[in-house]
Amino acid sequence: MKFDRINRRIFLKSSAIVGAGLATPTIFTSASRAQDFCNAPTGSTVTLGFNVPQTGPYAEEGADQLKAYQLAVKHLNGEGDGGMLNTFKGTALKGNGILGKKVEYVSGDTQTKSDAARASATRMIERDGAIMISGGSSSGVAVAVQSLCQDAGVIFMAGLTHSNDTTGKDKKRNGFRHFFNAYMSGVAIAPVIGEAYGKDRRAYHLTADYTWGWTQEESIKNATEALGWETVTAVRTPLGSADYSQYLTPVLNSGADVLILNHYGNDMVNSLRQAVQFGLRDQQANGKNFEIVVPLFSELMAQGAGEAIKGIYGTANWDWKLEDEGTKAFTKSFGEEYGTPPSQAAHTGYVQALLYAHACETAGTFNPKGVVEALEGLEFDGLGNGPTLYRADDHQCFKPVLVVQGKEDPADKFDLLQVVREVPAEEVTYDASMFGGELGPVNSAC
Amino acid sequence: MNEFVLQLLNGLDKGGAYALIALGLTLVFGTLGVVNFAHGALFMIGAFCAVVFSRLLQLETVTVDPERLTPWGSPMEIRTPLVQAWLGDFGAFLVQYSVPLSIFFAIPVMLLVGLAMERGLIRFFYKRTHAEQILVTFGLAIVIQEIIKANFGANPIPVSAPAALSGSADVGAWLGLGGGIFYPWWRLAYLGFAISIVALVIVFLQFTTYGMVVRAGMEDRQTVGFLGINIQRRFTVVFGIAAVVAGLAGVMYTPIVPPSYTMGMDFLVLSFVVVVVGGMGSVGGAVLAGFLLGILQSFASMNEIKSILPGIDQVIIYLVAVVVLLTMPRGLMGRKGVMET
Amino acid sequence: MHASTPSRDLVYLAVFTLVVLTMPIWLEPIGAAYPNLMQRFAIYGIFAIGFNILFGMTGYLSFGHAAFLGVGSYAAVWSFKLLSMNVIPAVLFAVLVAGAFAAIIGYVSLKRSGIYFSILTLAFAQMSYNLAYSVFTPITNGETGLQLALQDPRVIDRALGIEARGIPSPGLFGVEMSGYSGFYLCAVLLILCFFLAMRIDRSPFGMVLKAIKSNQTRMGYTGFNTRPYTLTAFIISGMYAGLAGGLLAATDPLAGAERMQWTASGEVVLMTILGGAGTLVGPVIGAGVIKYFENIFSAFHEAKLHAAFAFLPDGLENVLVTITAPFVGEGWHLTLGVVFMLIVIFLPGGLMEGAQRIYGMFRRRPSAGQRAADKFQPAE
Repeated sequence: MKFDRINRRIFLKSSAIVGAGLATPTIFTSASRAQDFCNAPTGSTVTLGFNVPQTGPYAEEGADQLKAYQLAVKHLNGEGDGGMLNTFKGTALKGNGILGKKVEYVSGDTQTKSDAARASATRMIERDGAIMISGGSSSGVAVAVQSLCQDAGVIFMAGLTHSNDTTGKDKKRNGFRHFFNAYMSGVAIAPVIGEAYGKDRRAYHLTADYTWGWTQEESIKNATEALGWETVTAVRTPLGSADYSQYLTPVLNSGADVLILNHYGNDMVNSLRQAVQFGLRDQQANGKNFEIVVPLFSELMAQGAGEAIKGIYGTANWDWKLEDEGTKAFTKSFGEEYGTPPSQAAHTGYVQALLYAHACETAGTFNPKGVVEALEGLEFDGLGNGPTLYRADDHQCFKPVLVVQGKEDPADKFDLLQVVREVPAEEVTYDASMFGGELGPVNSAC
Repeated sequence: MNEFVLQLLNGLDKGGAYALIALGLTLVFGTLGVVNFAHGALFMIGAFCAVVFSRLLQLETVTVDPERLTPWGSPMEIRTPLVQAWLGDFGAFLVQYSVPLSIFFAIPVMLLVGLAMERGLIRFFYKRTHAEQILVTFGLAIVIQEIIKANFGANPIPVSAPAALSGSADVGAWLGLGGGIFYPWWRLAYLGFAISIVALVIVFLQFTTYGMVVRAGMEDRQTVGFLGINIQRRFTVVFGIAAVVAGLAGVMYTPIVPPSYTMGMDFLVLSFVVVVVGGMGSVGGAVLAGFLLGILQSFASMNEIKSILPGIDQVIIYLVAVVVLLTMPRGLMGRKGVMET
Repeated sequence: MHASTPSRDLVYLAVFTLVVLTMPIWLEPIGAAYPNLMQRFAIYGIFAIGFNILFGMTGYLSFGHAAFLGVGSYAAVWSFKLLSMNVIPAVLFAVLVAGAFAAIIGYVSLKRSGIYFSILTLAFAQMSYNLAYSVFTPITNGETGLQLALQDPRVIDRALGIEARGIPSPGLFGVEMSGYSGFYLCAVLLILCFFLAMRIDRSPFGMVLKAIKSNQTRMGYTGFNTRPYTLTAFIISGMYAGLAGGLLAATDPLAGAERMQWTASGEVVLMTILGGAGTLVGPVIGAGVIKYFENIFSAFHEAKLHAAFAFLPDGLENVLVTITAPFVGEGWHLTLGVVFMLIVIFLPGGLMEGAQRIYGMFRRRPSAGQRAADKFQPAE
């Protein structure tokens, strides 16, 4: 294209305007640099951001988690019956907000997609001034948002995320996870299914094709192969596939006698229901009954799967039928508020919000530097899982893992799972360097 | 061999769904000349007809049981289903068979929805460009999808097949291939249903006077008009039929995949590809392409094939579409002169 | 349309520049003046301008443009990982890769036109999306999205001895690309892209494209080979999309496969039509409106509505809140769908046509003869 005289003039003029424009941002940046850390609360309130899937395959878990966050905010502000604040041992939280500031919250929809999740987290940090982001329900999303929070200089309290990578390969100094992980599931469930189904089994994996599925497949493979099981093959399925028929049909003729479904949320509801429709559980293979194992599932998924969940083994982070004081208090306030018992997604979200508040209160500041110090190596009790450690080396919580089974004859529509075994924390503890990754330094600057 | 038969069944099953949706789409294009991006939404509305119907059958009265308490200390609710209370065993039967029975509920609903859509919006777009037709119906699809989401939520709603059809059939024994071939009853029912609906539509077009006039109108609208026949009204009826076919495809699909508000958009792209591969406006082409693509997709996801061509199961349909479009300007069975550029 | 003259274009460009650069000031009252959203305004503005070069000028409706945006993002993130955290190589790399990708897809897809062209582009985009999600996971990191890591080679940076604590963020010679500086980079590029689109529109090449739109067959009969022109337009528009994708990665260094999904392609179509296809500034306005809806409208909820209507008597307030509630918050898509349908039905020229009609009402009414002349423009 020819660059004639007029265009040169346009160019000169516009570059002058550009220059003038470029000079303006210093006004804004200097204002934000005046704080000593990102989004320091200046008024009488502090804003937390809850980023959960409200659409997509994990929407149901997300909705329950959001309810729990709202409950946590109520309790932190001294409304309602206080829930687990009353059973949280040794906390300085008094129900007057955090450090005397009233807690407010904003929420966003992750759509179970990393891109959308980062956009909504950025919105909450930049526009609404959120000082902490919590949420997840998909490990892919949690990993993506965790690294965003690290860059943005705010704390990330992971919600439901079960991949080994969240506190392994992709761990970050600003990110913390209360939920357990795939490795722990594998270690906990292997002896139980070994007892139930024998040591001589051949397993076929269907795996959700993303970070969580991959690590769970690996962990379960390792744990079951240590039992003496053989892995026939592992097939990856795209996240959010609705029809699993083409993945299920080869299973029966593959020589396998156990199907392991590394699916979660609606994906698991669909794949399990369809596996049952395909008659897998009525069949015999290698002279044994064909079995299905779902290493991670929740009450919500059990509700969705209906009849299909009966007798299926899996693991859980927590269950509302546990007998300790914290669980009872939480189940009571959640049930009164919403008319259903809380799911494990709700529990972990609620606990994370309380733990963040507790850490701020202990540190005496909202500055991520102080909060990280307060959380690292924190030992706490009374939040539903018994004595728990927030390990400093990888920001992972260590607590007992539950092995659960779908109930054969439920007493009512909430009574779908039974806890088969409670595996103590020592048995599921592993070396912090096992999954690689580096925490890096704390970031508190915008 | 077992694996082959199973994947063939899978393919036919998927193909049945594709064919049913594509059938309506191609009919609408062939008669009215309209590219309807809201056709997937009709499929979804059909599926939600099944949801509404089964909810109506399961309306309950809620009373409180003072004896039993929930874990959080409030009294347990007792729910008594109304239909069973009134009709006894017949009520239980109705609830059991709510999905197949909702066909009778869906037919009038879909017909009304289809006619309303055609009279209310589509007819103003006969003369506008295809691009504008795509755009306005795309907007309509978004609106329908959001209305469903606002009323039914973002989560899929599980709907069960009748207990008698929820297990799986020993297909191997029927075919004399020995054991090991089990296929869910409901999916077999779906396949049978798809084939009968396709047959009905073809019989209607091929062997009834009404259908023959419609076909004549597709060939040469003007001449049929000269004969004093109100071809426009017949085309509107065809739009209604297309809506009913898509809706029924949705009704019967609910026990296979729980309906959610996104299912229309999920199927839209695929069914468009099916229509284009079959030839725009060709009914036989849409059916053929539907089954063909379903079967190809199924076979592409066999582990043996995936190990040779990784990822082929993800792209096979689009790959076929590209090859067909580049080598056969009218698709597999398109008529000469229709959309040949 | 008014006849364009160089001096009018100059004013046009100057006004556009001024409006874009003062965004942080005039967006403040409507709650949109935060950097991330303004970056998106600018980036999707570029995407839509590029899409308009293809669709608005030649009439070819591509339903797979998001693929180029996605490819641009991946290319930029890989440039950050392998070469340098500087945005210049990343953006250049993104534009080139997207351009090459567009050349291949365009070459094949442009063998057909009309709806077949749309389906071909859609098929290619869906293939890219599905592959990025599954088989290409080593390149794209699948569902999690491609991210930076501490161990990335960053050859150029390491060679120059630039080391950061933790994971570095993308920058332009030390200026970080998040926040306002990121917005100004995007804004400057938006203005440049706008200028370039204007030059294309006014050039002989642009005339050819518009001639193709009005009647390609006639062009063919006159012995004019249109393919090279449409292909060039396709590649340019793919490069715009690649630039937008590269900038998305520069302001937030993560690339996810869902950027390539067909719904994302549909979004840019919506933007362009909403603003006004074939006009220069329309697509930018459309992009702004949609992103504003997505980010601001979606955050409204009932409490806010009650506050907004608080000045009314209680009964009326409740009625209004009940009516409007389904259209805000999670229901913003519904509003978008309705607005979009209304625009296609009543204002095929988009918001720009609406603005012109309003402008026309205030100016002297056109004579009857002129109106008739407007009506009898050749149909497409």
